[in-house]
Amino acid sequence: MLTFLRKRATTSLLPLVAVLLGVFLLARMTGDPAALYLPENATEAQKETFRTANGLDLPVWQQLLDYLGGVVRLDFGTSLRTGEPAAEMALRAFPATLQLALTTMVLAVVISIVIGSYAAYRPNSLADRLASFMSMTAASVPDFWLAITGVWIFAVMLGVLPTSGVDASMLSWVLPIATLLFRPAGVLTQVVRGAMVSALSAPYVRLARSKGADSRRVVTDHALRNAAAPALTVAGDLAVGLVNGAVVVESIFGWPGIGKLMIDSILQRDFAVLQAAVLLTAVTIFVLNVVIDLCYALLDARVRDKALV
Amino acid sequence: MWRMLWRDKPATVAALVLTLLVLVAVFGPMLIGDEANAQDLTRASRAPLEVDGWLYVLGTDQLGRSVLARLVVAARTTLSVAVPAVLISLVVGSLIGMWAGYHRGWRETVAMRVADVILSFPSLLMAVVVLYVFSPSARNIVLVLALTRIPIYLRTARAESAELASRLFVDAARTFGAKSSAIILRHVFPIVLPTLLTVATLEFCFVMLAESSLSFLGIGIQPPDVSWGLMVSQGRTYLQTAWWLSFFPGLAIVVATVSATVLAAWARLATDPGQRWRLTLPRRQRRRAVPAPMEEVR
Repeated sequence: MLTFLRKRATTSLLPLVAVLLGVFLLARMTGDPAALYLPENATEAQKETFRTANGLDLPVWQQLLDYLGGVVRLDFGTSLRTGEPAAEMALRAFPATLQLALTTMVLAVVISIVIGSYAAYRPNSLADRLASFMSMTAASVPDFWLAITGVWIFAVMLGVLPTSGVDASMLSWVLPIATLLFRPAGVLTQVVRGAMVSALSAPYVRLARSKGADSRRVVTDHALRNAAAPALTVAGDLAVGLVNGAVVVESIFGWPGIGKLMIDSILQRDFAVLQAAVLLTAVTIFVLNVVIDLCYALLDARVRDKALV
Repeated sequence: MWRMLWRDKPATVAALVLTLLVLVAVFGPMLIGDEANAQDLTRASRAPLEVDGWLYVLGTDQLGRSVLARLVVAARTTLSVAVPAVLISLVVGSLIGMWAGYHRGWRETVAMRVADVILSFPSLLMAVVVLYVFSPSARNIVLVLALTRIPIYLRTARAESAELASRLFVDAARTFGAKSSAIILRHVFPIVLPTLLTVATLEFCFVMLAESSLSFLGIGIQPPDVSWGLMVSQGRTYLQTAWWLSFFPGLAIVVATVSATVLAAWARLATDPGQRWRLTLPRRQRRRAVPAPMEEVR
């Protein structure tokens, strides 16, 4: 178990470091914050003081070393915009995104298992073809269009849901989650259906049927368990992709999450906040991948034996 | 192949839609391109079907320009970003992938690690950062989308060519003294190609969505150029008064991407020898044939 974790950690740390370096260097190329934060008629001397105060006059490699040193000490710098510690801002925005993403993923998994298994139980039936077509459509609808069409229908025309923001009632959750839900639910349904079709035609399912297990049990106990592995891989990729969706959906609905924070900090050249937010996202994705690998091991006895040795 | 396409009706429709889209994008701007910029405030912000004339069936925007004509012009922009981006990443990704998979060893390790790095981060966010650094032009969008999607082809091509590298016919070519580049191009490439094309069809959908999302966020195609994503974004301001401004461009995106997905699903079946029978059987027999166990099918 520990060997497995260690091995996984070392292979995934490299991408993590690369992302950190890449974002640092790219962020430095977006332009001079001094030009944005000081008034237009600021003198060269004032700009110079601003740069010195924020360590922007040092060579890039020295800024990088300072930054990496800070990361090791869990000091992520302060926001140029608000003067708050960047890590605090990122951590404050994080739960909002996590709530959205978790709810969406849970709903997507439930929906896809139900529809996918039902469709796979009778391949090529009308229900199956309908489910396939619907899931393909759901997987390829642009989320920003869904979001504003949703706003148009439910908020502008019917007036039953709020257009944006977060309030105490659950109503403000409906549109963002519904928007985010389409893509993962559609993709996962296709994967579950495909995996279930091949699982249901496997010899062990015929055995289970021939010994008289009722069809509900065959589907839930025998076939689903084996169809879960491919679905899990895709679910992991989709969860990473949810960050893409979150950037769009959060900026449309004014949701105070990490996606909005990242877009805002790019537009305002707030390097420290951007780096903290990106690093937090990258770490989350890294943890997610490790968790998925562990789930694999729990599901599949063949992987489990290899992992535990 | 055409008969196999004809058997799958949704795929036939999808192929026709995509063909029509390409024709419209190529010839449309020549025919009604001028109308897209013809302003006429006397017929500003009219709803669909309110003004006579086929140009105005989808309504007009706040400057009285025909939404239909703008859609046609935007189709060209959208395709001129999506097609090159898909082609570049297809060529680069599959060449590196086949090379890495054929040679194995350090070449494979390096290529896969780099792919992991690119894939481990949400591509849209990467594109946002990159486009903010290097001003958002159509060329930069193509480059950044191509770069972030290379790993997809790389992985597929590597997996397939690693498997092929141990096959007998590759061994035979090697014993005859063929150069590795020749083996890859003459023996590995033709077998991997169908799979890669299937992936590319699906990627076309992804790239189009990415371009429109970027344009929507304001860092993609810049006005005065138009793309579908940008039209949705511009129409958003008038959502309360003129819903058609952002509804129809979005619908165009949906139709195009759904067609690409449906066609990709068909191509996946048609290029897989183990599954192709599903398409050649008439539908009535198909239903009975599907639950057949795997061994008997083979």
